[in-house]
Amino acid sequence: MTGILKLAYKLLVNDKAKFTALLVGITFAVFLIIQMTAMFAGTMKRASATVLNLGASIWVMDPAVQTVANTIGMPDYVLDAVRSMQGVSYAVPVYTGGALVKLADGAYQSVTVIGLDDTSLFGRPELIQGKIEDIYGENAFIVVEDPEFRKLGNPHVGTVFQVNDHRGTIVGIAKVASSGLFGVPTLYTTYERALQYLPNPRFTISYVLVEPKTPADAARIKQQARALGYLALTKDEFIDRITNFYIYQTGMGTNLLIMTVMSFIVGLSISGQTFYTFVLENLDKFGALKAIGAKSRELIFMILFQTSFTALTGYGLGIGMCAILIRLARIRLPDYAAMITYWNLALALVMSVIIAAVSSYFGIRKVLRIEPFDIFRG
Amino acid sequence: MPDPAIRATGVIKWFGEGAARTQALRGVSVDAYFGEMLYIVGPSGSGKTTLLSVLSGILRPDSGSVSVEGSEIWNLGSDKLADFRLHKIGFVFQDFHLFPRLSTAENVAIPLILKRRNWKEAIVEATKYLDIVGLKGRAGLPPVKLSGGEQQRVAIARAIAGQPDILIMDEPTASLDGDTGQAIVGFVKQNVLNDKRCILIVTHDDRISQFASRILTMADGVLTGTMKGGAA
Repeated sequence: MTGILKLAYKLLVNDKAKFTALLVGITFAVFLIIQMTAMFAGTMKRASATVLNLGASIWVMDPAVQTVANTIGMPDYVLDAVRSMQGVSYAVPVYTGGALVKLADGAYQSVTVIGLDDTSLFGRPELIQGKIEDIYGENAFIVVEDPEFRKLGNPHVGTVFQVNDHRGTIVGIAKVASSGLFGVPTLYTTYERALQYLPNPRFTISYVLVEPKTPADAARIKQQARALGYLALTKDEFIDRITNFYIYQTGMGTNLLIMTVMSFIVGLSISGQTFYTFVLENLDKFGALKAIGAKSRELIFMILFQTSFTALTGYGLGIGMCAILIRLARIRLPDYAAMITYWNLALALVMSVIIAAVSSYFGIRKVLRIEPFDIFRG
Repeated sequence: MPDPAIRATGVIKWFGEGAARTQALRGVSVDAYFGEMLYIVGPSGSGKTTLLSVLSGILRPDSGSVSVEGSEIWNLGSDKLADFRLHKIGFVFQDFHLFPRLSTAENVAIPLILKRRNWKEAIVEATKYLDIVGLKGRAGLPPVKLSGGEQQRVAIARAIAGQPDILIMDEPTASLDGDTGQAIVGFVKQNVLNDKRCILIVTHDDRISQFASRILTMADGVLTGTMKGGAA
């Protein structure tokens, strides 16, 4: 069968114009599909940055919270109530909010401030400069070195600035798994200092971060939180909730769907039509092969091989082009939010396979209908 | 009389439906023998090509039987019939039907590749057949770089590369000038025909009748006569 595959391969690639058109169609479609879904994946990862970076197993929050950035303060008794729940190993408060930093040149810069539990510093970032205990020092803040870092004038340990008209000092520089969605730098401090520096309403706990005694306790904790009038979600559930918010309650999901479908249609149109033309132009040759003694299944195999080869080559080229584009974009835009995930790759692969299957279907149908006698009749 | 290579008995073939239904073959019976070059001649629409197609296993008759080397071919399933054509029949089509994107050697190697021969071996063997038909040194060229006569030779090389017992040639001189046509058929007669091979040729061309062993004439779907050819 390898000889027949080689024959199919040569018939395909030796027709350079058609092969190029086929590749361009599929490559372009894959590129668009990957690019759109990679941007979506990157954006979603950033939207869940705080959840990923703090790393708590269970998050207790007000039931109206949809994204990690839009917090609704909870009263202090919630923390006590959660700590007393069955199955809870420990529970700590966390505060997240926005503040304004006045830089040395007098410019103002928005920042996200995360206030960690004073006692445990649960969710603290990994420091690349400074010592974590310095966070207890006077006016101490730790700054995250991410693509937004330069917006604070590339501070170093010891840099002094103003946060909401209070004095602040950088005591450490940290790195985190994911930077935030909104393009603002992130500062870590203690929970108590965050409350002092940031204007806050009556209720101040943004989230209660919980570690269950065993993974099986998560369900029980969720049930107890519900009875208390609050919502407890595992890390993955919270990320899903944030993703669902952006998909279903903003235009992002619809736009992504439209662009993905359009990419698919463009790829299918170009590739399907080109391959059908390729088959039509070679129809008499396929008829001649039938007359000589090729079986129908061998001709089907040849066509499937041709479309699969084109689809997989276009798939690889599309991924490569997208990866290069993301890399180039990050040179100019360090916080460019695009991330190729296995999910993106799988979706594009499925789309490519469908394009190949549909293209094959029409070609195969035509080839199976050609009779060798038609070749004799001209 | 030796056993026939092909024996067709009472072959009937209809085309079309309803009022457009026409009978292309009206009970044709014919024998073809090894070692003979049998011509089928007649006006356009007389049923020559239909008969050739029925005899070579590519067009199923509505009734009648066709046996090749004593075996009835129209009892075979589609896969067995394809195998029969691959192993027993070589085709030279009127328009050659060479693959323009393949080299001449690759075109000639097609029957060998369909017989599951290794690609490299098939190309080497195909090159030998190109040498036999006088196209030495042309193995790597695409067919479009060859003249009409040379393309016809490539088609002949492809037809004989599978070492068929029966060679079917449909209007082999139709795309060639008179001299080239005669040269080609003369070449086939001299180099391809042998005691173990039967060649059937459908033609309009009187200028090549000198090479025929026997000539069958057809009109309106029936055989109207048999003549000895110039070579008989």
